Amino acid sequence: MSLQFDRIRCDGHGLCAELLPEMIRLDDWGYPILEPGPVPGELLDHARQAVAKCPVLALRLLVARPQP
Amino acid sequence: MINSALLGGPDPGLGVETAASHLARLGPLPQVDTHLIDVLDRSGLRGRGGASYPVGSKWRSIAGSRRSPVVLANGAEGEPLSGKDRLLMQSRPHLVIDGAFLAASALRAREIVFYIGESHVAAGDAIRRALAERADAPAPARLVSAPPRYVAGEESAAVHSVNDAIALPQTTPPRPYQRGVGGRPTLVQNVETLAQVGLIARHGDAWFRGTGPDGAGGTALVTVSAGASWGRVLEVPRGARVAEVVAAVGRPTDGVAAVLLGGFFGSWVGAAEAWGLRLDSVALRGAGRSLGCGVVGLLGADECGVRVTAEIAAFLGEQSAQQCGPCVFGLRAIAEALGRISACRSQPHELARLRTWATEVRGRGACHHPDGAAGLVLSALDVFEEEFARHTQQRGCAWPPPPQGSTRWTS
Repeated sequence: MSLQFDRIRCDGHGLCAELLPEMIRLDDWGYPILEPGPVPGELLDHARQAVAKCPVLALRLLVARPQP
Repeated sequence: MINSALLGGPDPGLGVETAASHLARLGPLPQVDTHLIDVLDRSGLRGRGGASYPVGSKWRSIAGSRRSPVVLANGAEGEPLSGKDRLLMQSRPHLVIDGAFLAASALRAREIVFYIGESHVAAGDAIRRALAERADAPAPARLVSAPPRYVAGEESAAVHSVNDAIALPQTTPPRPYQRGVGGRPTLVQNVETLAQVGLIARHGDAWFRGTGPDGAGGTALVTVSAGASWGRVLEVPRGARVAEVVAAVGRPTDGVAAVLLGGFFGSWVGAAEAWGLRLDSVALRGAGRSLGCGVVGLLGADECGVRVTAEIAAFLGEQSAQQCGPCVFGLRAIAEALGRISACRSQPHELARLRTWATEVRGRGACHHPDGAAGLVLSALDVFEEEFARHTQQRGCAWPPPPQGSTRWTS
């Protein structure tokens, strides 16, 4: 499983970085920077929380690898 | 060194080649089916819009779709330093149309769209008139104007523009080859690439490979540019060295400080290193460079690389589609920092922050606009390292200041 942002939708609310700081940090303007690679199994629950709590539904958890 | 395949025949400077001349010179368009894709695979042809994606693979991903596709010939050419697509459309419109028709036949497309920059008036007129002369269209064809902005030619923006008259990139997937014009699988292919297909379908893949040295063949249209006010388009064999290309347009190589290779999404290369580089998209990519849309920009030794980079970064920041936060804020911040450095008014840690921002914005847009801008800035930090040090240590710019508000490279 890997995370993917819809960058157009993302408004920089920043909840994802609070819920999954192991993989997501914020840039100087509050937009998320994602750690590359698949989500480790022990973080999957947190990743699902981050996906569900995004106010604009800009974060998705994908089975496949993200598109280049 | 100059190799005329796309631009064979009458001098392209004389304008439109007529249908009669085109047919007499190259013969009729062959009947094709999906086997043309195998020929394209063997030819090694790659897209000439900037991404250098293998053409056969692109067509194959569409040939397998259930719905009949659309062919979108991309002549938006929003890169200010590039003139090759315009020159091709306005001098060889029938060859571009041939490629679009061949794609439509091979892929059994139901529609063909020619997407042409609205400021490229002569190119649009040439294609429109040439289309009216053709009785062999395998599908209905129409022209759509691309607005004059940098991102309008990005493939998802091209599709959005044709569908909704909004030339902004869209979140992918779905990519245009999956879901594009009218919701149909869409082949978005640069006009130079299509013109190459028009030749390969006639002469075969072996001929194409043989047009370049060492069997790694094909030609490419490149624009040699010295800022926005001077540019020449020429056709060169794949693998031609940068020095040869510059000599072929009659520009001296001394007096050049650095080369902007690949346009605004490309990279700066110090002149000494640049002259020996070969214009081959695969080899350049291996060396961490890009042929991009084929721009070879010459920075004169009398020009400040920091200032020119600041000007281009400001342009790219303004040209952002303003859709994705990292691009909106990141490119603006990068451009402002470069502006301060260029004016020798940099803040503490400005260079380190600039490098961090440029590194961080990469890969964080719906399209590759931030990646392209960041790549250019990062290459500038390396190539113009001494100049950046001079500027940030308040030792001043070594070059005479340009007139206030002048834009030598972006307009």
